[in-house]
Amino acid sequence: MHERKDVVSSPCQPAANKPQLTLRFKIDEKDFLIAGESASKTKKALQQLGLKQEIVKNIAIIVYEAAMNIVIHSNHGEIKIIIAPNQVVVLSEDVGEGIPDIELAMKEGYSTAPNEVREMGFGAGMGLPNIKQCSNELDIKTTVGLGTTLRATIYLNPADTKQVETGTMYV
Amino acid sequence: MYNQFHAVRLDYEKCKGCTNCIKRCPMEAIRVHDGKAQITQERCIDCGECIRVCQNHAKIALTDTMERLSTYKYRIALPAPAFFGQFKNNENIEDILNSFFHLGFDDVFEVALAAEVVASIVHKYLTAYKGEKPVFSSACPAVLRLMQIKFPELLGQVVPILTPMEVAARMAKEEAQKRTGLSQKDIGAFFISPCPAKVTETKNPISTKQSAVDGVIGANLIYKDIVKYLAKNHHETSPRLNKATSSGIGWGYITGESKSIGYGTSLAVSGIHNVISLLEEVERGELKDVDFMELQACTGGCVGGPLNIQNLFVGRVRLRHLIEKQTNQTSFYTDKELSDIYEKGTFKSTELIQPRTIMMLDDDVSRALEKMERIDQITNNLPGLDCGACGSPSCRALAEDIVRELALETDCVIKLREKVKMLAEEILDLARIIPPSMSDTSPKKEK
Repeated sequence: MHERKDVVSSPCQPAANKPQLTLRFKIDEKDFLIAGESASKTKKALQQLGLKQEIVKNIAIIVYEAAMNIVIHSNHGEIKIIIAPNQVVVLSEDVGEGIPDIELAMKEGYSTAPNEVREMGFGAGMGLPNIKQCSNELDIKTTVGLGTTLRATIYLNPADTKQVETGTMYV
Repeated sequence: MYNQFHAVRLDYEKCKGCTNCIKRCPMEAIRVHDGKAQITQERCIDCGECIRVCQNHAKIALTDTMERLSTYKYRIALPAPAFFGQFKNNENIEDILNSFFHLGFDDVFEVALAAEVVASIVHKYLTAYKGEKPVFSSACPAVLRLMQIKFPELLGQVVPILTPMEVAARMAKEEAQKRTGLSQKDIGAFFISPCPAKVTETKNPISTKQSAVDGVIGANLIYKDIVKYLAKNHHETSPRLNKATSSGIGWGYITGESKSIGYGTSLAVSGIHNVISLLEEVERGELKDVDFMELQACTGGCVGGPLNIQNLFVGRVRLRHLIEKQTNQTSFYTDKELSDIYEKGTFKSTELIQPRTIMMLDDDVSRALEKMERIDQITNNLPGLDCGACGSPSCRALAEDIVRELALETDCVIKLREKVKMLAEEILDLARIIPPSMSDTSPKKEK
């Protein structure tokens, strides 16, 4: 980058508490494009933060799959990516049908996606298994008829697994 | 300090400081400061988008001139497949190849022929390949440079084979050495290029230590001389110079490479912005059912290169006509020869393509997080017009520049206007205050 002489140097002030950054994406039903967009924006931010390639890739996949789940199976929802120096939490909350049988939903290839969605090439039943594979911890709370909250945690440093504050869930 | 060669340059005199290029650059590598565009070297991938979009012709590609030929005893021209699409319909490949001999070259070797060799190697590579899919083409250096920065995790899926340009130079030089008995250093191989990315690739190669290409002549530079020659002379060569078949010549436009390789399911994408959105899909784990992906930075493939003379659609249709008229249909090299080349691994890349982490805000994650928070705050405070008047491509980019200490908030004209307005109002307020000593009413009337 080019130096500019007229710019007064103003280094970042260290924050009093641990820095934490939240990216938010509102996801609407049947908005297939938003899933990709959320994943791309997340990736760009994580790259700028200098996270490892492998971690950036995994988080982008989690965000994409979680967003697709909201698009396909719920009325609407929100994805928050909470980034702290020691971990990244992907929090997905939706209002919708919920998951009747989580164990079954975690199986590869099991899908409850409607036919029209599968005809579009989505809903192959790999969403949750993929998310599980890409995260260190996965916690799903669901109420049939109300909605689902998914919390995927990725530790940036395996030695430091102290939980960060992620706010309330509404299920 | 980053100090590597880039072919895309600014013609300082011609730059009027407009903001067309900053908005078009896929890497957000250009800023306008002090009335002139400045290319951030670390970010530039030499794709040539800015050359195409600049109406003042202030973005140029630094290529070699014909004078460079004199530094070698034996000079070989390596015309890119797309080059043949630059001429009128009545011209044929044989005549075009022949004209190089009258422009100071001692030999000519079709890059299309090397492309056929590469296609055969890639086909064999894909047949044996067991790793993650899709496999990406290594032919376009601008795409590889893009991947180094934006898609480092996909670099392992790039086919580890040299580009047809590089292979052509090596084959041509070896042949010439055998024929003339000259030493390697006396033989100069000159690529006739449709783009600046190939220039950078020869000076600063990604997948080999040292390029065998000794110089790169822009298609735009040599075009006029060839047309002049062709206008007067026709049909006089023997033996035949044109050895490439339609399969190799097809590499000149998008889909040609996939067709030539002819393995499984392939997907061909051209245009740097399209390539970016496709690679984003791939990194999310999509498109695993695709075996091979041909990616070209220029829309339409190499015929769309910024150094070409013809409009890309015209270039493509002419190249197609030439391919239809192509009488050579059997490969110059036998299957046995091609298999030997593959077995020997002569044209394998010798260097791993390294990722380049230049988008980082800070080496420390905590500090990077703080900086990103500030970028968010500043972005929310900016008008969101993305007008580019500050010299940065978008409001977000300006916010990044501010945090990176390369710009000021008042570089934003809207922000500046707000500040001036506030200041003007304050001045007016101050001007309305009359000191008690000058007041015409009782001094105690007002405070």
